[in-house]
Amino acid sequence: MFRFIVRRLLQLIPTLFGLSILLFIWLRRLPGGPETAILGERGTPEMRAAIRRNLGLDEPILIQYGRFVRRMIRLDLGTSISTKREVTTEFLQRFPGTVELTITAMVIAVGIGIPLGYLAARRRGRFLDHASVGGSLIGICIPVFFLAYILKAIFSENLGWFPSSGRQDPTIGATRITNFFVLDGLMTREWDAAADALMHLVLPALALASIPLAIIVRITRASVLEVLNEDFVRTAEAKGLTENVVRRRHVLRNAMLPVVTSIGLLTGGLLSGAVLTETVFAFSGIGAFLADSINQRDYPVLMGFIMIIAVVYVLVNLIVDLSYSLIDPRVRVR
Amino acid sequence: MALLDVEDLSVTFARRGQRTVRAVDGVSFSVDAGEVVGLVGESGCGKSVTSLAIMGLLPKQPGLQVAGKAVFDGTDLLQIDERSRRDIRGRDVAMIFQDPLSSLNPVVPIGLQVTEVLTRHRGMRGEAASKEAAQLLDRVGIPDPKRRLKEYPHQLSGGMRQRALIAMAVACQPRLLIADEPTTALDVTIQAQILELLKDLVRDSGTALVMITHDLGVVAGMCDTINVLYGGRVVETARRRPLFRQPRHPYTVGLLGSVPRLDAGRGERLNPIPGSVRDLLPWPDGCAFAPRCDRRVDACLGEPPELVLTHDGRSYRCVNPAPLPGLTSGDEVRAAVPGQATPGSVPAQAVPDEPPAVPGLAAAPSEEETP
Repeated sequence: MFRFIVRRLLQLIPTLFGLSILLFIWLRRLPGGPETAILGERGTPEMRAAIRRNLGLDEPILIQYGRFVRRMIRLDLGTSISTKREVTTEFLQRFPGTVELTITAMVIAVGIGIPLGYLAARRRGRFLDHASVGGSLIGICIPVFFLAYILKAIFSENLGWFPSSGRQDPTIGATRITNFFVLDGLMTREWDAAADALMHLVLPALALASIPLAIIVRITRASVLEVLNEDFVRTAEAKGLTENVVRRRHVLRNAMLPVVTSIGLLTGGLLSGAVLTETVFAFSGIGAFLADSINQRDYPVLMGFIMIIAVVYVLVNLIVDLSYSLIDPRVRVR
Repeated sequence: MALLDVEDLSVTFARRGQRTVRAVDGVSFSVDAGEVVGLVGESGCGKSVTSLAIMGLLPKQPGLQVAGKAVFDGTDLLQIDERSRRDIRGRDVAMIFQDPLSSLNPVVPIGLQVTEVLTRHRGMRGEAASKEAAQLLDRVGIPDPKRRLKEYPHQLSGGMRQRALIAMAVACQPRLLIADEPTTALDVTIQAQILELLKDLVRDSGTALVMITHDLGVVAGMCDTINVLYGGRVVETARRRPLFRQPRHPYTVGLLGSVPRLDAGRGERLNPIPGSVRDLLPWPDGCAFAPRCDRRVDACLGEPPELVLTHDGRSYRCVNPAPLPGLTSGDEVRAAVPGQATPGSVPAQAVPDEPPAVPGLAAAPSEEETP
């Protein structure tokens, strides 16, 4: 187990190395550069050259890359060209919002998706089954930003149940510790701050949950249908076990493997930021900031953020693999 | 009164746009307390569906219809609600399945799969339950039971898995055990061990056993009474010895004749029953076996053959049964007059010692009948 984790973390090194080379090449091939973003179309060639020299972009690309790697080894991601702040600082400020949003969305998707998928399988061919399969198709088809606008219009602007933008009401004056606003509120016992942050999460998380929810419903339904036909479920029934025990211990536990895989992949995807949802709800996560950075050709931010996201993705999938061995003893982690 | 009385059980599967399938078509048989009863037939004759219908374990699907009666100890298992059925299952009536690997939950330790029955029906928990589970595993011949309790099915051998399943089935000392092809998925050497184990358990506990199998060797070694099924109906019922010596229904004759024999000459061909179980006639149109039968006469078609009860407690469903050696059919009618023989006993003239109709199988059934 320990060796497995260590090996997987060591595999990260070549992965990150390869990713950094690819990123370096791709980003430099984007037309224009930070000097264009800063100066616009009006800059003279001399001004452009001065900016490039300042940023060290006039040197040969290999030397630039070498400098980047040397900094990376010291865990220094450099300074943002557009905000002039440390990339690490920018990341630590924005990523908690994305994490909170992702967790809330996945809690909604899993909390509704698994029971709904199970019930659909149990009532196969009846109304609930058709409704959830059809509903999940709609969930996959509706563009997330469209759903986000509709949710905002109904539940925020018309009914006023939830706030329409931001991560927290600034007038609350909450204390910041980790930048996870809900967590901060709980840690400092500022209950109103935690509740307010949570209310701000509901609508964007609902919009963001739509696709994962639909996928989880479908995978759970298919998986449960398969398990219901298994002989050991019949054995469990033959023992006269209560429905509750049969469902929990014998059906769901076996049906969870493919669901867990998809939860891992979906979580990893959501953690790389939800540009459109964050934009609609003016929610400061990494999605919108990343999109801006692409427009600004902010190389250090792009390089740093994408590298960290890659690490996070690998870690999430490592957790998924480890949870396999908890669910299924046949999947031995060595 | 019998412990289990199955009367005119029928199971039909109807699918929209497809022909209705009658998997079980009027099966009747009974099991006395402590008795070992065999249900024998080819694949597709309805033996497994019969057992699942009795247990209420048929997959619930639209178009499934179960009719008839299955009276267990005064209760019709087909009429009671789901809750009381769950109370009976595993406690009074238990079942052992064919494939021990797929019948065990791969992600739950063996121990929990045993103790969950104890918890459900005997209210045992924690230390007491695991102690009892270890004893059960020990009783079915699993060595080092304490360690096995913590293991998962994939860590056990095929024979061990079947033993574990048997342990779960006998955990509450059921009065009736239904074993659906319990040895089919196992190696031959393991098969014999498992059959021995079942025999011992049945003898020690007085549990009645319904043995479902296509393997005549299994019935020959274990069963007191044998029901031969064809096309979803019982076509012949007899005690073990008479059935093997003088099978009456041509299908039984064919089944016995198709068993490979050691004393057959080299190069002698096997005697399969021609055709397949799919070539059956719907019962209302006559005898289902008629299309494959070499004793077919005109009377076989038109209507289903009546059940013929003979004086020695046998019954068969055939208008032109295989003759008893030394008796013409006229003699037999006279011999079949009720009152001439006590039920269950076998009159001398009905069972001449030599020659048995199926010499190759004579050895096993001629042993003393097991109690």
